[in-house]
Amino acid sequence: MALDRKVGFLDGVRYKGGGPMLAWALHRISGLGMIIFISLHVVASFFTQQMGSDWAININIIYESPYFQLLIVFTVLFHGLNGMRIIILDLWPKMLRYQREMTWLQWLIFIPIYSLTIFIMLQRVLAGG
Amino acid sequence: MQTKKIPHPGWNLEYMMWMFTRLSGLAFFFLAITGMAAALVMGARNQMDLGTLMRWTFFPNPNHVLDSNIPNVDIWANGFWQIMQMLVIFFGGTHGLNGLRVVIEDYTSRPAWQIITRLVFFVLWVFMILAAVYVILAS
Repeated sequence: MALDRKVGFLDGVRYKGGGPMLAWALHRISGLGMIIFISLHVVASFFTQQMGSDWAININIIYESPYFQLLIVFTVLFHGLNGMRIIILDLWPKMLRYQREMTWLQWLIFIPIYSLTIFIMLQRVLAGG
Repeated sequence: MQTKKIPHPGWNLEYMMWMFTRLSGLAFFFLAITGMAAALVMGARNQMDLGTLMRWTFFPNPNHVLDSNIPNVDIWANGFWQIMQMLVIFFGGTHGLNGLRVVIEDYTSRPAWQIITRLVFFVLWVFMILAAVYVILAS
């Protein structure tokens, strides 16, 4: 039974929640992304393995392309780091005072790891791998 | 309009799943570190590129590393890794589908929708885990 917010979509977008709100929205979006990608990947693997069907192989070819992999790495890495921040805040609620700083710290960890991923993957793409 | 009940600690679905989400989130880190460390011990450094190592880290199935230049994938296919794969798929499927259920229940308010959502997700959950276990045991 959901809350009756009576808040429209545009009001929700205009709400000035800042960094933590962006993290909340991205956590949900990346979670939805992952459940779609991974469910399709599991189903496609099942049909590839059992029947070798063309559409299942095509789904896995899209899944394994470098550009799609960059998207998957973004969702997994962001969801993992943000989930870690949520677990830390749940275990030590006193840290909630510093949640903005923790969001910044999270991006500070995310950006170097993701940049390295982009670098390595683009290097392979440009080398024709 | 009813307001959302706040889950209190106890044997109810919301609190159990709240706890499960945190614990399985930590379990992913543990499973990923175990998979990556074991792959490196088994010689991944000489046989795999980074992408292959990542694929093994997320789902340690021999089919995931077929395209690489590993001379013999037999040492990777044993009961230990099958149990690890089943743990990954159990934690992943439950964590993910429960998360999707929570998001959907945030935007629906009628009790009937709640029942339908939970039924659909239960069926999806069972079928996804069965399909994945079938792939694991048959590969």
